[in-house]
Amino acid sequence: MSEHSQHSVSAIDIRKIILEQSNRAQVGHIGSALSVADIIAALYGNILRIKNPFDSCRDRFVLSKGHAALALYAALYLKGWIEEEQLNQYCGNGTLLGTHPEHAVQGIDFSSGSLGMGLSIGAGAALAARLQNSSRRVFVLLSDAECNEGSTWESIMFAAHHRLSNLVAIVDLNGQQALGYTDQVLSLTPLAEKWRVFNWDVHEIDGHEIMAISKIVNQLNTTDGMPHVLLARTTFGKGVSFMENEIKWHYLPMTDDEYKQALKENGVA
Amino acid sequence: MRTAFVETLVELAQKDPRIVLLTGDLGFMALEPFAETFPQRFFNVGVAEQNMIGLATGLAEAGFIPYVYSIVPFAVLRPYEFIRNGPIHHQFPVRIVGVGGGVEYGHQGVSHYALEDIGVLRTQSGVTIIAPADANQAVTAIRKTWNLPGPVFYRLSKNTRTFIPGLEGRFEIGKLQMVCDGHDLLFITTGTIASEVVSAMALLREQDVSCAMAVLASINPAPVGCLIDLLKRFPIVITVETHYITGGIGSLVAEILAEHGIACRIVRCGVKQNVGGITGSQSYLESFYGLSAKTLVDTALLSLRESTGI
Repeated sequence: MSEHSQHSVSAIDIRKIILEQSNRAQVGHIGSALSVADIIAALYGNILRIKNPFDSCRDRFVLSKGHAALALYAALYLKGWIEEEQLNQYCGNGTLLGTHPEHAVQGIDFSSGSLGMGLSIGAGAALAARLQNSSRRVFVLLSDAECNEGSTWESIMFAAHHRLSNLVAIVDLNGQQALGYTDQVLSLTPLAEKWRVFNWDVHEIDGHEIMAISKIVNQLNTTDGMPHVLLARTTFGKGVSFMENEIKWHYLPMTDDEYKQALKENGVA
Repeated sequence: MRTAFVETLVELAQKDPRIVLLTGDLGFMALEPFAETFPQRFFNVGVAEQNMIGLATGLAEAGFIPYVYSIVPFAVLRPYEFIRNGPIHHQFPVRIVGVGGGVEYGHQGVSHYALEDIGVLRTQSGVTIIAPADANQAVTAIRKTWNLPGPVFYRLSKNTRTFIPGLEGRFEIGKLQMVCDGHDLLFITTGTIASEVVSAMALLREQDVSCAMAVLASINPAPVGCLIDLLKRFPIVITVETHYITGGIGSLVAEILAEHGIACRIVRCGVKQNVGGITGSQSYLESFYGLSAKTLVDTALLSLRESTGI
């Protein structure tokens, strides 16, 4: 904990933790977590206004693509909200840190894991903030495949109809889903136009450019107007060459050699 | 009963600003008193029940007490997984108000019937399930449970005329309400079908059959202690519900009988077959599925004959 006492949240550290913990626990979802490492770093490093996880005025965050939970745990650890001992029990029997997030963990606002639910919860949280005259904002990180879910579009309509400008959706457009590439499974194209005609404020961004993500979000008008969506182009498995854009890394744990190679590519000897 | 619900909700909302009401585009000639009194706290979310439960989850985390309203299958079955992962898993105070238990929406057809809602929700120990037998009991139940910390499902009738004499609006969470006592057999019922049980008991009385009747409105938590004490006193219990016989209060009572080794025969009255396309009024359909007072009398007499061997 002491080495992170300054609470800096870097994508390098997030990636390192993702690799270390998924190797130690011998579980998958590695590529999905790596895909959002930079977005999570931007959120927890520069964007989310959270004095402490219990402050009722804090910004809310919904990791709708719950299978990237390890990236979130890494950020919560780097923020000092979960202990190193807890992180090191990732996927351990009797612990709360599974491969999908649990709200009982300090710093996690909502449990998730079933796709297509997070945006509705986020819209409710944004509506709550408006009703309470709070300036807090709500961020929801979705996978591109969650746009397959009809319920996501129910929430998209609701948020636009009620002009929930304090709601920011970020879609991790890595172009992959569990069994294939999104273009081949169920095409979302043209996704930006879809959100736009549903009356959202659409921004197409590079999901690995932390400073650019932070800059755009901090310039959004979250007090009036349309809800916002960042369509963030990302690379599945980003940062580990043999995982990038490979479907199997949705599932597989690493072998020892793969782990060594992955660490090496991320600057860890 | 829905009128009583809305009037009670307005009364509660005047005291507590945390209460908000969401509807999935239903509640014509019912929700207006709330919508007109609290326009800022009323949301017609459109025909989008999954989103409605998600919204309620987000609202509840921030301290609100959201009531969500629809016809039972759209309030419970369509968004079931949202209910499970949202209000139940987080233990948030979301109130799911389902109107139309059983076949109340008669002519509207099977899509509108509520025949398995208790069964599916009863598998979740984290949700309170309340099915009042008349409007007075509904009002008491709503007043006694509005402030519970976890989620509640109210299975309400749209029929405001049902009145169960002897119930006197009593309700207590985790308890049974005795309507009358007797010694030959025991009826346990839930919801407004209780009125058919009342009629059946009057007919049985004419034949010198002495019946007890209990209303089981607090389905979860179940009144286990009350049921054990009561069931031990009777040779036969007849459960009556407008629900498939699997999963509802008949199943609940059978579980208690078996687990506690109580020597009491159970006869479950409910919808026994897969509901087909037969249409009709509520009373026609309740009769069709064997839940009219007359059929209940026949069932009771047959059960007594079988038990006594006469």
